Amino acid sequence: MNNHLRTLRAERGWSQQDLAQLLEVSRQSVNAIETGRYDPSLPLAFRIAELFGCAIEDIFISPSKG
Amino acid sequence: MAFPPEMKRYTRRLIATMALYGVALVGANMWFHYAPPSGLLAYFVAILPALPIMGVFVVIGRLLLEMRDEYVKMLLVRQSLVATGLTLSITTAWGFLEGFHLAPHAQGYYAATIWFAGLGVGGCVNAILERRARA
Repeated sequence: MNNHLRTLRAERGWSQQDLAQLLEVSRQSVNAIETGRYDPSLPLAFRIAELFGCAIEDIFISPSKG
Repeated sequence: MAFPPEMKRYTRRLIATMALYGVALVGANMWFHYAPPSGLLAYFVAILPALPIMGVFVVIGRLLLEMRDEYVKMLLVRQSLVATGLTLSITTAWGFLEGFHLAPHAQGYYAATIWFAGLGVGGCVNAILERRARA
Protein backbone atom coordinates (compact mmCIF):
# COMPACT_ATOMS: atom_id res chain seq x y z
CA MET A 1 0.00 0.00 0.00
CA ASN A 2 1.36 3.43 -0.95
CA ASN A 3 1.90 5.80 1.93
CA HIS A 4 3.51 9.04 3.08
CA LEU A 5 5.52 7.46 5.86
CA ARG A 6 8.93 8.28 4.39
CA THR A 7 7.99 11.96 3.93
CA LEU A 8 6.55 12.26 7.44
CA ARG A 9 9.60 10.61 8.93
CA ALA A 10 11.96 12.83 6.94
CA GLU A 11 10.07 15.94 8.06
CA ARG A 12 10.86 15.02 11.64
CA GLY A 13 14.46 14.21 10.84
CA TRP A 14 14.10 10.63 12.00
CA SER A 15 16.02 7.73 10.55
CA GLN A 16 14.28 4.43 9.88
CA GLN A 17 16.02 3.12 12.99
CA ASP A 18 14.63 6.01 15.09
CA LEU A 19 11.10 5.32 13.86
CA ALA A 20 11.55 1.59 14.41
CA GLN A 21 12.54 2.22 18.03
CA LEU A 22 9.58 4.51 18.60
CA LEU A 23 7.20 1.92 17.15
CA GLU A 24 9.01 -0.99 18.83
CA VAL A 25 9.45 -2.84 15.57
CA SER A 26 12.50 -3.70 13.49
CA ARG A 27 14.08 -1.30 10.98
CA GLN A 28 13.33 -4.00 8.42
CA SER A 29 9.61 -3.54 9.17
CA VAL A 30 9.74 0.23 8.78
CA ASN A 31 11.53 -0.19 5.47
CA ALA A 32 8.98 -2.75 4.25
CA ILE A 33 6.05 -0.50 5.19
CA GLU A 34 7.63 2.63 3.69
CA THR A 35 8.29 0.93 0.38
CA GLY A 36 4.78 -0.55 0.29
CA ARG A 37 6.03 -4.13 0.48
CA TYR A 38 4.11 -4.77 3.67
CA ASP A 39 0.74 -3.48 4.83
CA PRO A 40 0.74 -3.06 8.60
CA SER A 41 -2.01 -4.49 10.77
CA LEU A 42 -4.68 -2.08 11.99
CA PRO A 43 -3.15 -1.82 15.52
CA LEU A 44 0.26 -0.97 14.04
CA ALA A 45 -1.29 1.48 11.58
CA PHE A 46 -3.00 3.19 14.54
CA ARG A 47 0.32 3.32 16.45
CA ILE A 48 1.96 4.94 13.42
CA ALA A 49 -0.88 7.43 13.03
CA GLU A 50 -0.85 8.32 16.74
CA LEU A 51 2.92 8.80 16.66
CA PHE A 52 2.63 11.30 13.82
CA GLY A 53 -0.53 12.85 15.26
CA CYS A 54 -2.63 12.26 12.18
CA ALA A 55 -5.36 9.98 10.92
CA ILE A 56 -4.53 6.65 9.29
CA GLU A 57 -5.85 7.86 5.93
CA ASP A 58 -3.48 10.84 6.08
CA ILE A 59 -0.56 8.39 6.04
CA PHE A 60 -1.80 5.41 4.06
CA ILE A 61 -3.34 5.86 0.64
CA SER A 62 -6.41 3.77 0.01
CA PRO A 63 -5.72 1.29 -2.81
CA SER A 64 -8.99 2.34 -4.44
CA LYS A 65 -7.78 5.96 -4.55
CA GLY A 66 -4.07 5.49 -5.00
CA MET B 1 15.04 -3.63 18.49
CA ALA B 2 18.59 -4.94 18.36
CA PHE B 3 17.93 -8.43 19.70
CA PRO B 4 14.36 -8.69 20.99
CA PRO B 5 13.69 -10.56 24.27
CA GLU B 6 11.59 -13.20 22.49
CA MET B 7 14.60 -14.02 20.30
CA LYS B 8 16.78 -14.38 23.40
CA ARG B 9 14.21 -16.75 24.91
CA TYR B 10 14.04 -18.67 21.61
CA THR B 11 17.83 -19.04 21.50
CA ARG B 12 17.95 -20.25 25.12
CA ARG B 13 15.13 -22.75 24.54
CA LEU B 14 16.67 -23.99 21.30
CA ILE B 15 20.07 -24.56 22.93
CA ALA B 16 18.39 -26.42 25.81
CA THR B 17 16.34 -28.67 23.49
CA MET B 18 19.33 -29.40 21.27
CA ALA B 19 21.43 -30.27 24.32
CA LEU B 20 18.63 -32.59 25.50
CA TYR B 21 18.53 -34.13 22.02
CA GLY B 22 22.26 -34.89 22.18
CA VAL B 23 21.90 -36.52 25.60
CA ALA B 24 18.77 -38.48 24.59
CA LEU B 25 20.29 -39.70 21.32
CA VAL B 26 23.55 -40.86 22.87
CA GLY B 27 21.69 -42.27 25.89
CA ALA B 28 19.17 -44.25 23.83
CA ASN B 29 21.90 -45.62 21.55
CA MET B 30 24.02 -46.70 24.52
CA TRP B 31 21.01 -48.22 26.26
CA PHE B 32 20.11 -50.32 23.22
CA HIS B 33 23.77 -51.24 22.67
CA TYR B 34 24.73 -52.29 26.20
CA ALA B 35 21.48 -53.36 27.86
CA PRO B 36 18.71 -53.60 25.24
CA PRO B 37 15.41 -52.79 26.91
CA SER B 38 12.31 -54.85 26.19
CA GLY B 39 8.56 -54.44 26.21
CA LEU B 40 7.09 -51.01 26.80
CA LEU B 41 10.41 -49.69 28.11
CA ALA B 42 11.99 -50.33 24.69
CA TYR B 43 9.35 -48.16 23.04
CA PHE B 44 9.88 -45.44 25.62
CA VAL B 45 13.68 -45.45 25.22
CA ALA B 46 13.42 -45.55 21.42
CA ILE B 47 11.20 -42.50 21.36
CA LEU B 48 13.38 -40.50 23.78
CA PRO B 49 15.48 -38.76 21.05
CA ALA B 50 12.28 -37.76 19.23
CA LEU B 51 10.93 -35.81 22.21
CA PRO B 52 13.47 -32.94 22.07
CA ILE B 53 12.95 -32.71 18.29
CA MET B 54 9.22 -32.31 18.96
CA GLY B 55 10.33 -29.73 21.50
CA VAL B 56 12.10 -27.76 18.77
CA PHE B 57 8.80 -27.48 16.89
CA VAL B 58 7.17 -26.21 20.08
CA VAL B 59 10.05 -23.73 20.56
CA ILE B 60 9.55 -22.41 17.01
CA GLY B 61 5.79 -22.26 17.57
CA ARG B 62 6.28 -20.27 20.78
CA LEU B 63 8.60 -17.89 18.97
CA LEU B 64 5.86 -17.28 16.41
CA LEU B 65 3.36 -16.60 19.20
CA GLU B 66 5.67 -14.34 21.17
CA MET B 67 7.12 -12.39 18.25
CA ARG B 68 5.96 -8.77 18.47
CA ASP B 69 7.32 -7.58 15.15
CA GLU B 70 4.51 -8.52 12.79
CA TYR B 71 6.56 -8.14 9.60
CA VAL B 72 9.39 -10.37 10.85
CA LYS B 73 6.70 -12.79 12.07
CA MET B 74 5.22 -12.85 8.56
CA LEU B 75 8.68 -13.66 7.17
CA LEU B 76 9.08 -16.54 9.64
CA VAL B 77 5.60 -17.86 8.79
CA ARG B 78 6.48 -17.79 5.09
CA GLN B 79 9.78 -19.52 5.83
CA SER B 80 7.96 -22.24 7.82
CA LEU B 81 5.38 -22.70 5.06
CA VAL B 82 8.15 -23.19 2.50
CA ALA B 83 9.77 -25.74 4.83
CA THR B 84 6.46 -27.55 5.37
CA GLY B 85 5.57 -27.59 1.68
CA LEU B 86 9.01 -28.85 0.76
CA THR B 87 8.93 -31.58 3.42
CA LEU B 88 5.46 -32.80 2.44
CA SER B 89 6.36 -32.77 -1.26
CA ILE B 90 9.65 -34.65 -0.82
CA THR B 91 8.28 -37.23 1.62
CA THR B 92 5.19 -37.83 -0.55
CA ALA B 93 7.30 -38.28 -3.69
CA TRP B 94 9.71 -40.52 -1.80
CA GLY B 95 6.81 -42.59 -0.50
CA PHE B 96 5.63 -43.29 -4.05
CA LEU B 97 9.18 -44.06 -5.22
CA GLU B 98 9.50 -46.47 -2.31
CA GLY B 99 6.09 -47.98 -3.09
CA PHE B 100 7.18 -48.77 -6.65
CA HIS B 101 10.51 -50.16 -5.34
CA LEU B 102 12.48 -47.40 -7.03
CA ALA B 103 14.00 -45.97 -3.85
CA PRO B 104 15.29 -47.53 -0.65
CA HIS B 105 13.36 -47.19 2.59
CA ALA B 106 14.05 -43.95 4.42
CA GLN B 107 13.52 -43.52 8.15
CA GLY B 108 10.57 -41.30 9.01
CA TYR B 109 12.67 -39.01 11.17
CA TYR B 110 14.36 -37.66 8.05
CA ALA B 111 11.16 -35.62 7.61
CA ALA B 112 12.36 -33.42 10.49
CA THR B 113 15.80 -33.09 8.88
CA ILE B 114 14.19 -32.07 5.58
CA TRP B 115 11.97 -29.56 7.40
CA PHE B 116 14.96 -27.92 9.09
CA ALA B 117 16.76 -27.78 5.75
CA GLY B 118 13.52 -26.36 4.33
CA LEU B 119 13.77 -23.49 6.81
CA GLY B 120 17.07 -22.62 5.15
CA VAL B 121 15.41 -22.74 1.72
CA GLY B 122 12.58 -20.60 3.12
CA GLY B 123 15.15 -18.06 4.29
CA CYS B 124 16.57 -17.92 0.76
CA VAL B 125 13.06 -17.53 -0.70
CA ASN B 126 12.45 -14.62 1.70
CA ALA B 127 15.74 -13.00 0.70
CA ILE B 128 14.99 -13.37 -3.02
CA LEU B 129 11.43 -12.05 -2.71
CA GLU B 130 12.58 -9.12 -0.58
CA ARG B 131 15.37 -8.24 -3.00
CA ARG B 132 12.98 -8.49 -5.96
CA ALA B 133 10.40 -6.27 -4.22
CA ARG B 134 13.06 -3.65 -3.45
CA ALA B 135 14.35 -3.57 -7.04
